[in-house]
Amino acid sequence: MTIIIYLIPVALGLGLLGLGAFLWSVTSDQYDDLDGAAHRILIDDDVPLPTHTDASE
Amino acid sequence: MTAAAQSSPSGCPSGLAPSSTSLAGDLSAFVVEKRGLKTLTLSVRGAKCGGCLSKIENKLNALSGIQNARMNLSNGKLAVAWTGPLSADTIASTVSDLGYGVSAFSEDGSAKAAKSEERGLLISLGVAAFALANIMLLSVSVWGGHGEMGAQTRTALHGISGLIALPVLLFSGRHFFQSAFAALRHGHANMDVPISLALILAFGVSVWETITGGEHAYFDASVMLLSFLLIGRFLDARLRRQTQAAAHELAALQNRSLNRLTADGDAEAIRADQVQKGDRILLAAGERAIVDLKITQGMSGVDESLVSGESLPRTIGRGETIYAGSLNLDHPLTGEALGPASDSLLSQITDMLEAGEQKRARYRQIADKAVSLYVPFVHTTAALAFVVWLLMGASIHQATLIAVSTLIITCPCALALAAPVAQVVASGTLFKKGIFLRSGDALERFAEIDHLVLDKTGTLTLGTPQLVSEHGPELDLAAQLARASRHPLSRAIVAQAGPGPVAEYILEQPGLGVEGWIDGQRYRLGSAEWVGAEQVSAQTGPSLWFAGPDDEPILFRFEDQLHADAGATLTALKQSGLGVEILSGDRPDAVSKIADTLQIETWHAQVSPTGKAERLEALNASGKKVLMVGDGLNDAGALALAHASLAPGGAMDVSQSASDAVYSGGLAAIRTVLSVSTRTKRVMLQNFGLAAAYNCIAVPIAVTGHVTPLIAAIAMSASSLIVTLNALRIKGEHS
Repeated sequence: MTIIIYLIPVALGLGLLGLGAFLWSVTSDQYDDLDGAAHRILIDDDVPLPTHTDASE
Repeated sequence: MTAAAQSSPSGCPSGLAPSSTSLAGDLSAFVVEKRGLKTLTLSVRGAKCGGCLSKIENKLNALSGIQNARMNLSNGKLAVAWTGPLSADTIASTVSDLGYGVSAFSEDGSAKAAKSEERGLLISLGVAAFALANIMLLSVSVWGGHGEMGAQTRTALHGISGLIALPVLLFSGRHFFQSAFAALRHGHANMDVPISLALILAFGVSVWETITGGEHAYFDASVMLLSFLLIGRFLDARLRRQTQAAAHELAALQNRSLNRLTADGDAEAIRADQVQKGDRILLAAGERAIVDLKITQGMSGVDESLVSGESLPRTIGRGETIYAGSLNLDHPLTGEALGPASDSLLSQITDMLEAGEQKRARYRQIADKAVSLYVPFVHTTAALAFVVWLLMGASIHQATLIAVSTLIITCPCALALAAPVAQVVASGTLFKKGIFLRSGDALERFAEIDHLVLDKTGTLTLGTPQLVSEHGPELDLAAQLARASRHPLSRAIVAQAGPGPVAEYILEQPGLGVEGWIDGQRYRLGSAEWVGAEQVSAQTGPSLWFAGPDDEPILFRFEDQLHADAGATLTALKQSGLGVEILSGDRPDAVSKIADTLQIETWHAQVSPTGKAERLEALNASGKKVLMVGDGLNDAGALALAHASLAPGGAMDVSQSASDAVYSGGLAAIRTVLSVSTRTKRVMLQNFGLAAAYNCIAVPIAVTGHVTPLIAAIAMSASSLIVTLNALRIKGEHS
């Protein structure tokens, strides 16, 4: 059972790592605009080539 | 309106919100400058989807000097940072040209405090969840190794659990300890007192068990308790902050600026709160008045529909007064401020709102009632268990253990989750249907409604006149004149005719009409005598005459039409047993016509804002639970007095602030609100029933001394899960 002397600190360390990541995401405003984040992924950040533009512009 | 505005549809491309172009005047007073970098936060109304985000951000980033423009879709705040000579008004008008309402935003102290409270709870919840997962890991091995694990290993695992639990209890539990301590110091108890007691006792007994090498430690139970309670507390804080944010739109309205004329005739931009009595104010065409003004110069049509409910503009000239909230339509007006913004009609109505809100704050929610029954019950049970076991000859140690386990297992996890989860799910469901809830407890009040009071203009009707007479090519000619005017009747002609050319040499005469030249001919659009037409008797509703050089004058007739779903909605509501009445500030003939069409027997016309409030008080006094639906400034007082209230999305900001929810689209939203809130109330009652049933089972097990940490963990998480799953049913059921 001596293995738990290593395993428990390892488990706690991994948990703390996750907690640290969570705290970082909260304090860096990651949860401020949940609706916007859901939509932003769908926005194209490039524009059609000028030669292909039609009457829309 | 330019060609660019026509190529992309105005406002939200998904159609979730109506487009609006209300501009907030000069915004330079709100710019913060730091080392050459200027920043401005704008409150944008009408942005509801990803298309809005990219439209607004791309357009702004294309302006020269913009460093960063980022829109927050959740709360409608747009943060812009730029360098160089670009003016704040160019930025604001760029956004408003896209079809969104814009006003300056300055965050006040209470909003910041609410935000940091919510964030603190989220961090505490994260820390508690971390501890719970790790302690459970150790506890499961203790339960699994029952009978085989050596006493030393078990004590070591308990010890590690205790070391994890102690800092977490101190950190995450402080929300409850502080609140309980504050309540006790004032000599009364709240829900946090039994919670704190259970947390402290559970931890204390577990430490004692660990030191003496006992079999049962309740570290896992105390941290689990903490986690569940924090989930409920966090959801509650989040809903409260979201609803508060909606209320701040009122403050944003006051954040507007206006043009003051100096002694030598120059215009300077000042904030609304800087206006003094007697200041000379310039009100440009298309600008909304912020203070009450006595006109000294100019003549113009003024749209007072939000102030009085009157659907047609009134021509105002020298010596007349216009009230805050009125929109100047066609010509610049100069006026003398009758007092600071805080003395305006708008602010007086705001005071009425506050009185109403105080009344509403006294409303007792179901959750409060449940807690007041629950707290004495738990404490008495735990104390009785302790005494009875002592009398039956148990040791103090054993009796304490049983009393503490009773406290732990009956602690109100399910109770703390029952109401917030149901409210969060319901407000999410309503949000998806275009209804924005402004206060969580409003759901309970909506569910109690038995009488419906409706405003006419803008609520039952579309609020803008529609062309109802049939026309041929002359409509296109008239539209060429109408495109140059902001008068609602001109707008109605343009709406019918669509985009097209504009006449030349246009001249607008306030109160008379528009004149212009098309193909070298002079045309006029306006009142009968001005155009030179014979006044036709027995005509109803607003009308315009249009005349060219040689043709006979042509009559255009308009009507403020009902929402398409008004008839069906009101019939269904009446069938469900609701009393319905109309309360309008408009002319009696206009109101009676609508009432006849909708078969509503009770209606009141030409009611003043105070008259509306008095009617609501009379209804309240007769014991009716009134739902008020209205959009105008004149409805705001009545909205605040009603048991529950609703405002359409196009309503004046003050009215939106005064109501419990804001809806977009037609009147069918009233039925949605009522059905969702009835369902929510039912689910909340079921949840409290479930929590009570759980206690009926758990308490006997606890007081007879059969609760081990394993049973406590299973029972607590099961009850919380059941309550949460039951609340999710609100989303699933559709009427």
